[in-house]
Amino acid sequence: MMKTTKILGSVMIVAVLAMGAMTGCGDNSQKTVSTDGSTSMEKVIGYLSEAYMENHSDVKVTYNPTGSGAGIQAVQEGRCDIGLASRNLKDDEKADLNETVVAIDGIAVIVNSENPVADLTVEQIAKVYTGEITNWQEVGGEDAPIVCIGREAASGTRDGFESITGTADKCKYAQELTSTGDVVQTVSSNPNAIGYASLASVSDKVQTISVEGVMPTEETILSGNYKIQRNFILVTKKDKELTGSAKDFFDFCMSSEADEYITKAGAVPVAK
Amino acid sequence: MEKLKKLSGLLEKSMNVIFTVCGFLAVAFVLVITIFLVVSGTPAIGEIGLTNFLFGTKWASTAATPSYGILPFILTSVYGTFGAILIGVPLGILCAVFLAKIVGKRTSSLVSGAVSLMSGIPSVVYGLVGMIIIVPAVREFFGLPDGANLFSAILVLAIMILPSVISVSETAIRAVPKEYEEASLALGATKTETIFKVTLPAAKSGILASVVLGIGRAIGEAMAVMMVAGNVANMPGLFKSVRFLTTAVASEMSYSSGLQRQALFSVALVLFVFILGINLVLNLIVKKNRK
Repeated sequence: MMKTTKILGSVMIVAVLAMGAMTGCGDNSQKTVSTDGSTSMEKVIGYLSEAYMENHSDVKVTYNPTGSGAGIQAVQEGRCDIGLASRNLKDDEKADLNETVVAIDGIAVIVNSENPVADLTVEQIAKVYTGEITNWQEVGGEDAPIVCIGREAASGTRDGFESITGTADKCKYAQELTSTGDVVQTVSSNPNAIGYASLASVSDKVQTISVEGVMPTEETILSGNYKIQRNFILVTKKDKELTGSAKDFFDFCMSSEADEYITKAGAVPVAK
Repeated sequence: MEKLKKLSGLLEKSMNVIFTVCGFLAVAFVLVITIFLVVSGTPAIGEIGLTNFLFGTKWASTAATPSYGILPFILTSVYGTFGAILIGVPLGILCAVFLAKIVGKRTSSLVSGAVSLMSGIPSVVYGLVGMIIIVPAVREFFGLPDGANLFSAILVLAIMILPSVISVSETAIRAVPKEYEEASLALGATKTETIFKVTLPAAKSGILASVVLGIGRAIGEAMAVMMVAGNVANMPGLFKSVRFLTTAVASEMSYSSGLQRQALFSVALVLFVFILGINLVLNLIVKKNRK
């Protein structure tokens, strides 16, 4: 009795595990488009691929969140169809790769709505976050300590903010929060706080400050006047044209149809 | 008739098998989780080095030259849990005394109901309340630039462990034989003296079990703590933004890759070992109780 039940039990467990393992593989006849790269682009590519797959049920768009550098390398080595990068290509990479800007990521700097400070330069923002400036008085505000709110280490927004302000690995945060909503909430409840968030996620509860006199809007981001922004690019190989569903998906990303989804994902679509 | 008997016998047997399978399933889950954690948690420790990992004071998992020292997380978890116990246990025990000895049945059942309701509140709600009420209150009260720190986390945890401390202590206090108290009162001791010198010492091991249960709850809490502690990997200080073992895993896991991901599994393994130890102590206390 005991023995049979044990065997039965183990068979069941194995069956459950095997089922779990198999869910990863789909129908092999399906066409796949593989993308690989920037973790910051997760939302953009997520919205785009979901929208695309809704109309093309026979195509599966995969996304491997490895980081911009790894994504570019993957295209070079032919391990994926489209690479995703949240920075422009370097000159040596441009030798055999094409870059196409699909969207622009604007990062808004926010303060509490009671804060009289309305404008900072990129340099001032960098100094605030690295701990060189610790009092609002030094940037034209009241005599109060500055509380720097940021995102967790692996966040794409944090990566973008730190790379644009040149503060990578040097920021002294008071809080590292795991979502944009938490950042907005915390800044809205602390009069001394400063934070950053994707432009699309900022609400009226907080005050968005202008950077070097320019408020972040779709227009100023597109024109490049707003400084804290970066490009989201699609990377493809020069000597190998995209074909089939990969080309179709690429064209969809670049079409005006995609604008809606890019906006939903919190980025600014580029002018077509 | 014979047929029916046979059928019911078959049903008996098959139900027996189903019960046994379900029983073993629980064991299997524990085993699978343990094996999974050990297998995925040890490579990173090997690569980083056990002393560097456990006693390193700097955690910078995404820096150009990453460093993976989890001493800040370990100490934060230990301090945070200790602080929560320090505040939550006296409160909980006194509340249990109130329920078991002071009030009548009707009020007692009303308060008990509230206590069990408290244990059913999801931790994210505790976190939300902490984030919106406790964090700003701590900031204003102590005149700090920011209120998201170890102290706020301790307050939230202290409230969260109350239900388990209260209900287990209450049971222990109620289990103390009436004769003990009657003898004490007959000798001229006041009610308060009786409670503190006779009832509570007699219920000692049950109360101890409630404390250990509280420790287990506090050290394993992630969501509520993540919302009030600030999550910066500092060495712990009462009014510093800190990161717990649990929140270290929760906040970075979703985007992590490579050694960083493996190191997070190792953090989870360390947490698992802590909780295993706490459960072992709890079992010992419960066993001693039965004797």
